[in-house]
Amino acid sequence: MDYVKLINCMRCGMCLPHCPTYKETFLETASPRGRVALVRKLQEGELVESEKFLEYVSLCLDCQACASACPCGVNAGELVAEFRCESKKEKGLSLMEDLVLRKLVPHPDRLEAATAPLRLYQKTGLQQVVRSLGLLKLFPEALGRMEGLLPKLPDAPLRQTISEVTPAVGEEKGTAGFFLGCVMSLIFSEASLATVQLLSTLGYRVVTPKAQKCCGAPNMLGHDLDGLKEAAAFNTDLFDSFDLDFVVTDCGGCGAELKKYGQHLDGERKAEEFSASVRDISEVLFAESEALARKLKPLPLRVTYHDPCHIAHCQGIRSQPRALIKLIPGIDFRELPEADACCGSAGTYNIEKPEMSDRVLSRKVQNVLKTGAEYLVTSNPGCLLQLKKALAEAEPKVRVIHLTELLQMSLEA
Amino acid sequence: MEKSFIKALAGIVGEANTLTDPESLACYGYDSTPELQSRPGAVLLPGSAEEISQVMALCHEAGVRVTPRGSGTNLSGGSISFDAGVVLQTSRLNRILEIDEENLTATVETGVITSALHREVEAKGLFYPPDPGSMNISTMGGNVAENSGGLRGLKYGVTDDYVMGLKTVLADGDLLKTGGKVVKDVAGYNLNQLLVSSEGTLGVFTEITVKLIPKPVAKKTMLVHFPQLEQAALTVSHIIAARIIPATLEFLDRVTIKCVEDYAHVGLPLDVDAVLLIEVDGHPAQVEEDAAGIRQICERHHCSFFQTAAGPEEALKLATARRVALSALARMRPTTILEDATVPRSCIAPMVKLIQDTARKYDLLIGTFGHAGDGNLHPTCLTDERNPDEIARAHKAFGEIFEATIAMGGTITGEHGVGVAKKKYLPKLVGESGLRVMRGIKGALDPKGILNPGKIF
Ligand SMILES: Cc1cc2nc3c(=O)[nH]c(=O)nc-3n(C[C@H](O)[C@H](O)[C@H](O)COP(=O)(O)OP(=O)(O)OC[C@H]3O[C@@H](n4cnc5c(N)ncnc54)[C@H](O)[C@@H]3O)c2cc1C
Ligand code: SF4
Ligand code: SF4
Repeated sequence: MDYVKLINCMRCGMCLPHCPTYKETFLETASPRGRVALVRKLQEGELVESEKFLEYVSLCLDCQACASACPCGVNAGELVAEFRCESKKEKGLSLMEDLVLRKLVPHPDRLEAATAPLRLYQKTGLQQVVRSLGLLKLFPEALGRMEGLLPKLPDAPLRQTISEVTPAVGEEKGTAGFFLGCVMSLIFSEASLATVQLLSTLGYRVVTPKAQKCCGAPNMLGHDLDGLKEAAAFNTDLFDSFDLDFVVTDCGGCGAELKKYGQHLDGERKAEEFSASVRDISEVLFAESEALARKLKPLPLRVTYHDPCHIAHCQGIRSQPRALIKLIPGIDFRELPEADACCGSAGTYNIEKPEMSDRVLSRKVQNVLKTGAEYLVTSNPGCLLQLKKALAEAEPKVRVIHLTELLQMSLEA
Repeated sequence: MEKSFIKALAGIVGEANTLTDPESLACYGYDSTPELQSRPGAVLLPGSAEEISQVMALCHEAGVRVTPRGSGTNLSGGSISFDAGVVLQTSRLNRILEIDEENLTATVETGVITSALHREVEAKGLFYPPDPGSMNISTMGGNVAENSGGLRGLKYGVTDDYVMGLKTVLADGDLLKTGGKVVKDVAGYNLNQLLVSSEGTLGVFTEITVKLIPKPVAKKTMLVHFPQLEQAALTVSHIIAARIIPATLEFLDRVTIKCVEDYAHVGLPLDVDAVLLIEVDGHPAQVEEDAAGIRQICERHHCSFFQTAAGPEEALKLATARRVALSALARMRPTTILEDATVPRSCIAPMVKLIQDTARKYDLLIGTFGHAGDGNLHPTCLTDERNPDEIARAHKAFGEIFEATIAMGGTITGEHGVGVAKKKYLPKLVGESGLRVMRGIKGALDPKGILNPGKIF
């Protein structure tokens, strides 16, 4: 790890009030400043990689709120993630991590095949039976949590059912490449359909290459840098083979990763160009505000917006989603307190660190309830999963939807 | 520290609030002061004044040293325990106890974050002016102990001007109550004021009562560019001499401007020597008049650009830019040594020039910003702790800067406290008798010298 990055932290503490785990604990060891200090002291030989040490650093959500807050350009979350990666590389992955992060998630075909039984499980009503009998209590805790998070799956993953080319409605303005993302395709296919429909309504031909692979973020988590590079090179080449004006995604996590391909492939020109062409759907729609506004019909709803970390902190996109929501006539937009604080989902964090995840989540839920909103809008599948479940339990009247679904509702209203 | 003693401490504050693992100790062995760090013997997170009192009584008996700590944002090493003693962390005492709208006071526990108090009182149309750059992180206890100032210090004064009452646990665990809600109180020595800026050496605050004032009705924020540094400095002196007292009168030099702009992107100019950030507030008519007067003075001193913030959002953006100045400077080089030289306001121009000359003489990169309106400048040396030669030059340069400061009738710290960082300059400033009185007071309140030892003198 780059030592200079560590000593750049001047310990001013500007990041402290932005860190979700610090806000819950008020402990220096659970703060960005503390985490940088821990990793630094490890490098300086003052601390060893004790169990406690690993426990402290693994409490970081990698939400990057600290990076947005740090005036010195230190990114505590990323430094911690880098450390965890290096440590994993030395120690090797657990069997579970190896299976999930390397063998399963990065391969859409395998992932889709693996989730097929789940579809069946839900479809046949088995889920209801299992839930009502409390059989989940028999599962190991992590599995139980995973099961509980799952909303109803679509009949088939979108990647399999969507046509590779969706024509533009009316005069064609350009061609968008659509990067699906595994969870969006598997679980939130309706939101992604809304994305495609919005683009085509605005005059874009949408190309969704069926061969696309996972963005590579899970490889990064599993410290499979080769796998990551492979995914980056493959997707770059694939999208490059179509004649696209830009590449769009409605998954915050994928967007953040795709925008780093240039970096992952050491500044290779093609990859740099690919990264530069990637847009979050909110960026595209915001640029089309005028055209979009003409098509939107009134929706008299109270709406609030949760900033996904991968959108706000990693991509710096904050104003566009809000502006788009406010574009809808009749919307009563209410700003969410601490809107850009992590919801606690954070990749697999909610399964690995359930206690802290729940604390962070419950703060988010309380804040949502304070707004009195009927709809909570967000734009990342991890947040959608986490927030849908939490709000279904806390206040079923509040519906959680993707930004494109809300806009779609207004189109159709 | 002995295991049995730590056990006794844990008996008071609870196991979960007693930290002794090496990782925690490492994380409570620093504050925002560059270069300094150490490792305490134990960190305690008490939950009440009563617990603090019991901890102090126990430590007093055993002769164990105690260092109070708020958020660890001070810049003079004040919250670091250098002798493996106990760090007493106040973050759990974080309740706002009362906002008394009849008496215009607020009473808070010591660990309340400064900006949280701002939010609460401003929601009621009231105002607590002290606003250190660190206000989103620092605690009220830390502010009182350092007598912190802020961007509004020029017109509204510093923390000291607002502290009305304190509850303090003394070194032996006894509780001392000083002041209160009465506006006039001349009974005996002014212990309140003595305790403010005691840097954790005389007692541990548990409760603080501060004065509130009505929130000013109108406000205007201005940003002024100066191609020449001297002109900016002279403008500061001349605004004061014209008897206009802005709420804020902040100065940023070229090095600082560039760093802030790199981070905050607020549209600061990159081709000028200095900018002033000026804010006037109060009655709308007065605000207009002051702003016009200031504009005239700036133009007379050849400012190249004069901007008035269009609305509160833009004003906030500009003020935020100033607030992040220190941290933004730290982007340039790994180690940032910030100083706190304060001179009479008429000496701003010669002081700024002296700082620049000294930087050149020692071949150092020094950015200067600060509360120019109250003479409080922060020359900030951007360096690398891995380069001992450069660090040595930096300390030499600051030695000379402080000597000049004292010669101009200034002081070695305007708001950051002496701590350990500026101990060596204190005797020159206060003299033998000054030191004797301070030591006498310390001896009377803390005869065993267990409270934050090694700080100030
Ligand atoms: C980016 C940045 C900007 C800053 N800007 C300003 C500024 O504009 N103006 C300014 O004045 N300062 C400024 N500071 C310095 C610092 O924030 C202040 O000194 C602040 O008051 C410290 O508060 P704290 O809660 O962090 O206290 P700490 O740093 O934890 O402690 C400070 C001192 O107070 C003592 N102490 C803490 N709590 C108690 C208690 N309950 N009882 C008794 N003693 C106690 C400690 O022992 C120590 O000596 C800045 C610092 C940073 C990092
Ligand atoms: S990470 Fe950045 S904001 Fe946090 S203490 Fe370090 S320098 Fe300050
Ligand atoms: S990444 Fe998030 S949880 Fe981790 S240190 Fe930064 S703000 Fe805290």
